[in-house]
Amino acid sequence: MSALLIENGRLVDPSQNRDSVARLLIVDGLVAAIDPSDGEVPVGVERIDARNRVVAPGLVDLSTELREPGRDEDETIATGSQAALVGGYTSILCSSNTHPPIDSPGAVEFVRQKAAKARAANIYVTGCVSKGRRGEEMAELGLLVEAGAVAFSDSPAPLANSALVKRALEYCRMFDRPIFDRPEVPELAGRGVMHEGRESLVLGLNGLPTEAEDLAVARDVRLAEATGGRLHVGPVSTMGSVDLISRVKSRGIRVTASVCPHNLAMTDEALRSFDARFKVHPPLRSVRHVETLKRAVADGTIDAIQTGHMPRAREKKMDDLDLAPFGMTALETTLAATITALIDSGLLDWKTLIERMSTAPARIAGLPAGTLTKGAPADVIVIDPDRTWVVDEQNFYSRCNSTPLAGVQLKGLVTHSIVSGEVRFRRQPELEHLA
Amino acid sequence: MTAENAPALPFPSSWVRRHLLDIESLSAEEITTLLDTAQQLKDATDGCRRKLSLLSGKTCANLFFENSTRTRNSFSLAAKRLGADTVEFSSGGSSVAKGETFVDTAKTIEAMGVDWVVARHATPGTPHLLSRELKCCVINAGDGPHEHPTQGLLDMLTIRQHRPSFAGLTVALVGDIAHSRTARSNIWGLRKLGAHVIICGPATLVSRRWEELGFEVAHRLDDILPRCDVLNLLRVQFERQATRPFPSIHEYAALYAMNGERMSRSKDDILIMAPGPINRGVEITPEVADGPHSVILEQVTNGIAVRMAALWLSIGAAQRSTESTV
Repeated sequence: MSALLIENGRLVDPSQNRDSVARLLIVDGLVAAIDPSDGEVPVGVERIDARNRVVAPGLVDLSTELREPGRDEDETIATGSQAALVGGYTSILCSSNTHPPIDSPGAVEFVRQKAAKARAANIYVTGCVSKGRRGEEMAELGLLVEAGAVAFSDSPAPLANSALVKRALEYCRMFDRPIFDRPEVPELAGRGVMHEGRESLVLGLNGLPTEAEDLAVARDVRLAEATGGRLHVGPVSTMGSVDLISRVKSRGIRVTASVCPHNLAMTDEALRSFDARFKVHPPLRSVRHVETLKRAVADGTIDAIQTGHMPRAREKKMDDLDLAPFGMTALETTLAATITALIDSGLLDWKTLIERMSTAPARIAGLPAGTLTKGAPADVIVIDPDRTWVVDEQNFYSRCNSTPLAGVQLKGLVTHSIVSGEVRFRRQPELEHLA
Repeated sequence: MTAENAPALPFPSSWVRRHLLDIESLSAEEITTLLDTAQQLKDATDGCRRKLSLLSGKTCANLFFENSTRTRNSFSLAAKRLGADTVEFSSGGSSVAKGETFVDTAKTIEAMGVDWVVARHATPGTPHLLSRELKCCVINAGDGPHEHPTQGLLDMLTIRQHRPSFAGLTVALVGDIAHSRTARSNIWGLRKLGAHVIICGPATLVSRRWEELGFEVAHRLDDILPRCDVLNLLRVQFERQATRPFPSIHEYAALYAMNGERMSRSKDDILIMAPGPINRGVEITPEVADGPHSVILEQVTNGIAVRMAALWLSIGAAQRSTESTV
């Protein structure tokens, strides 16, 4: 029997509507009790003192690019799942855009075996919606579900073919699995590299207009309503998307949405540097969109926060804005960026933050995560909420070091990440200053 | 042509920029310094025709990642008129075709010991990136649709040679504003110098957001024509357009081409400018391009003058900053 007791911490678990100092007992990989009596605590239990820290269910990312197989110069299953732990993510859904893509049971199995070997964050598999991610024919969704896929997405490619989206939503009702779409109409997005607005006009850069996203969201939510399928749109980044999602939710349609923290923390003015680290998906938008998205996260129109982790090798991001790929590393900064943007400003309380980053994404993907109820898998993180640190590109576990947040001071640092009761990441106190 | 000793041209003490990247970030005083210096150098070289030895021993690298003949030759001549050597580089026969990034290419050229890199590139911001990576001076010779500062300067110099002041002057930029680096450099420069700027063209090529930025936007040339002191007719950049922004060249010419009939409805002393290369019959008819109001060829000569000024001022600032840190 293995046992772990996390003491003195502020236990935040939205699934139980809890935010109070409590002891958390973990036995044999499962949550055994909150505030156990002394008699319940096994002799010789390992203890973590979480005084002045937040103890919460581990974070869940709805879309993480791991790049392996085929693009392991950007990231691997091992480095990505370790970076996830460092950032507080105990479960991630890996994207289907590997080479070859995850459109066959064999590809799912490859990820599962590599994940078991990496022994870091739990990795769940997102299968392709379409064969070869070509956006034409449905992939073998049923066989992918049997192999273990929990959701379907061609992300970061948008689902351009409306007939395919409709079919997939209908078909997936049989398995009760969600379809994820990164909403964008390709012909309106064109060769855009940044938000289309005043800044792109002045800089002479090709813009990504907000309507390219709005139109795709409008189509997606209508198809979800028409088919009764489970749809998740995200990451979204525009006021128009928020408006559409809010309206469709008020009619009780099963649609969920997510946002990335860079769209809550930064604006398109950053592109004035012409630095490709700011060429990210979704693009950094103008301040009106940022403010609307923040309110939508606070009021629940947007259900979840996702990392937007799209690692790309350094040499790729060194190019000019037209040639450099979209992408950034985000697993290790997302929690702190969210704390800094939303908790510090008073927009969100801790319970809602954990709901958006753990409980809601677990619910959307149907995972046994996002909760510390008795009997749940003990995926737990300990956060030092007041710790400030400066994002340093040289200190990432991820293979990618490009981030729009480089040099930015953030607040909040994960000190422990526990997966199935096992402390798989523990920040060395003497190295904490490196953060 | 014989090289003369450098005349006693005093270096303007207020000038501190090692790079000329865009007009937007320059102050009115800096633009005026550039124009004054260009005029002095033009006069000192007998209209950009004689050589000085102001920059002898220096080397200017033309790094053109995008096709150009006139701007490249203008920069080469400007460097040679001041006694500098030039090295030519174009992407066609180079390592860029072999997958090298433009920054690496520029660093390689710099390592050969050049004092300026004059860069043209299809992507906005590339000169700005180079200015952070290279130790030598960087001059933007056009970065995609963003800016073309020496073109903006030569346009302003040309206007100044014909008009006593920019204050009260109405200048219309007509045509493909969306894809025009010349437009952006003129827009900022003219406003800073006090002119009233009208941005005119089809709605698909002239964003409404220019109004948010405080400029007058017009879509019908005929509406604004009687008010204009200067027309700068920009080329339609078919090569940069993903989808056609107007139905036909025929329709565009009917709405925007400067022709004899429109000239008759213009001010008597209107100046007609075009950055070239001009599409005769599209934005301008031959009778106007070759007519008495056209200053198109003066613009070309002034191009050498402003480029001489840009080379001399930037290297001067670089040398002074090195001296002051020693």
